[in-house]
Amino acid sequence: MTVYRPWIAFSALLRSEVRRFMRIWTQTLLPSVITMVLYFVIFGNLVGSQLKAIDGFTYMQYITPGLVMMSVVTNSYLNTVSSFYFLRFQRSMDELVISPMSNLVILLGFVLGGTIRGLLVGALVLIVGLFFAHLALTHIFLMVFTAFLAAMMFSLMGLLNGMYARSFDDISIIPTFVLTPLTYLGGVFYSIHMLSPFWQKISYLNPILYIVNALRYGLLGVTDIPIYYGLSMMVMFVAVLFAVNLRLLNKGVGIRT
Amino acid sequence: MTYALSVEHLSKTYANGTQALKGISFSVAEGDFFALLGPNGAGKSTTIGIMTSLVNKSGGKVKIFEYDLDTQLALAKSCIGLVPQEFNFNIFSRVIDIVTNQAGFYGIPRPLAFERAEKYLTQLGLWEKRNGRAVELSGGMKRRLMIARALVHEPKLLILDEPTAGVDIELRRSLWDFLREINKAGTTVILTTHYLEEAEMMCRNIAIINEGKIIEHDSMRAVLQKLHQETFILYLDEPVFMPPEFVRKIDDHTLEIDLVRGKTLTDVVDELSAHNIKIKTLRNKTNRLEELFIKLTRADNNV
Repeated sequence: MTVYRPWIAFSALLRSEVRRFMRIWTQTLLPSVITMVLYFVIFGNLVGSQLKAIDGFTYMQYITPGLVMMSVVTNSYLNTVSSFYFLRFQRSMDELVISPMSNLVILLGFVLGGTIRGLLVGALVLIVGLFFAHLALTHIFLMVFTAFLAAMMFSLMGLLNGMYARSFDDISIIPTFVLTPLTYLGGVFYSIHMLSPFWQKISYLNPILYIVNALRYGLLGVTDIPIYYGLSMMVMFVAVLFAVNLRLLNKGVGIRT
Repeated sequence: MTYALSVEHLSKTYANGTQALKGISFSVAEGDFFALLGPNGAGKSTTIGIMTSLVNKSGGKVKIFEYDLDTQLALAKSCIGLVPQEFNFNIFSRVIDIVTNQAGFYGIPRPLAFERAEKYLTQLGLWEKRNGRAVELSGGMKRRLMIARALVHEPKLLILDEPTAGVDIELRRSLWDFLREINKAGTTVILTTHYLEEAEMMCRNIAIINEGKIIEHDSMRAVLQKLHQETFILYLDEPVFMPPEFVRKIDDHTLEIDLVRGKTLTDVVDELSAHNIKIKTLRNKTNRLEELFIKLTRADNNV
């Protein structure tokens, strides 16, 4: 019997999570980069060149932060939901449950794994974006912090989905019917000031709106929403999701019978 | 005496209302080789599930080496190694990663994890396969991989749920030898099995569980002594045409005899010699434990 050290258990889980998505990088890292190149070429370059400037930026410049964020949130979400559900499906989740790892360590391991994938894909898309658009990168620290919070938030949501999923269909329903609409309606391609007051109010319920605007502020220095308000909302979402996930894991949802 | 496991009034009712365990109590001494037997659906896997935290209990207490599952969970878990019935590793992972990751989950530093992985994969004949993916292993190799994985944190209590199910005879025997060695070195072993012969050969103590209740909990010797009657098949050198009344004739060279408690095989030999019948060889008609097991579970079901 060896003395249990939580830090080692955490790094073992994180390592296996990162190795998983790195091993299948053609399915986990590459698709988003390719999709975003298409967005840059078609929306940014071809369509965007016909549109007038928004807040003093070309359409290409204006949508780049949103596209980066879209990659961050979808990849973070998909990483935890698929990894967690797949482990449940083939019951290798038992390896974690029988070990002395606390649920907090398990939660942190999965969430950070998803966060790293989100940030990595986000960074790749940003690098590609820099070839298409001149970005001021006004507040780099804020940009990284926003992306980190966004990645955590959506890793946590993915985990929640992974805990309740009962089939592989269940892990694609939320991304298709909830995540994608929220992303498109979260101000990636437009400023919410273009909307009527009613739809502007509705938009404030969408967490992606805060993320896109916070990142736009980081990259370009403009935002529809006061930046500290946006960041506070994100921190709150992360805190609530973290608490909910931990509580569900403690109850054994998806991991114990 | 130190107990590797003590279970008190353990109960489990699943969400669908099935009462899998109805307040069972039993204990396993440190260093024991213990069999937990019972028909399908009796509650064996639920009991193991609760011991290993895969199943939430509804009531009762479980202690692993004096560590209470309710209050000292991490310490209790550190003591246990589990070899489950079904393959439950990531089939796309490499063999070495499966074992070293599991070591990591138990908080074992990486250099030590590799050292242990080498030790146990070598002992179980899998070291050559360490860089292959688990999906490429044969059924027997997968089972050995699960044993290596369960041992990597060197648990004081090893629990095996049907370890030899679907395993060929040669591998079964080599696993038996391996488990005996592990036990001799001081690890307490708890085994569930459908091969009652396996339990009889390997285990010193036994609990039989049926419909969520413990119906027998004693040493293997004491349990087997409860068997009132055993049936033997006798093979004869020379043909017998009119056998005495206390034996049944199967054919001219084969007889069957019920040996009731209190009577010895020597008595039988003497009695048959008196009738000029010579026994060439003999065998027990059924496995003794199997006979008792069926008797006990049937009696219990008829209550």
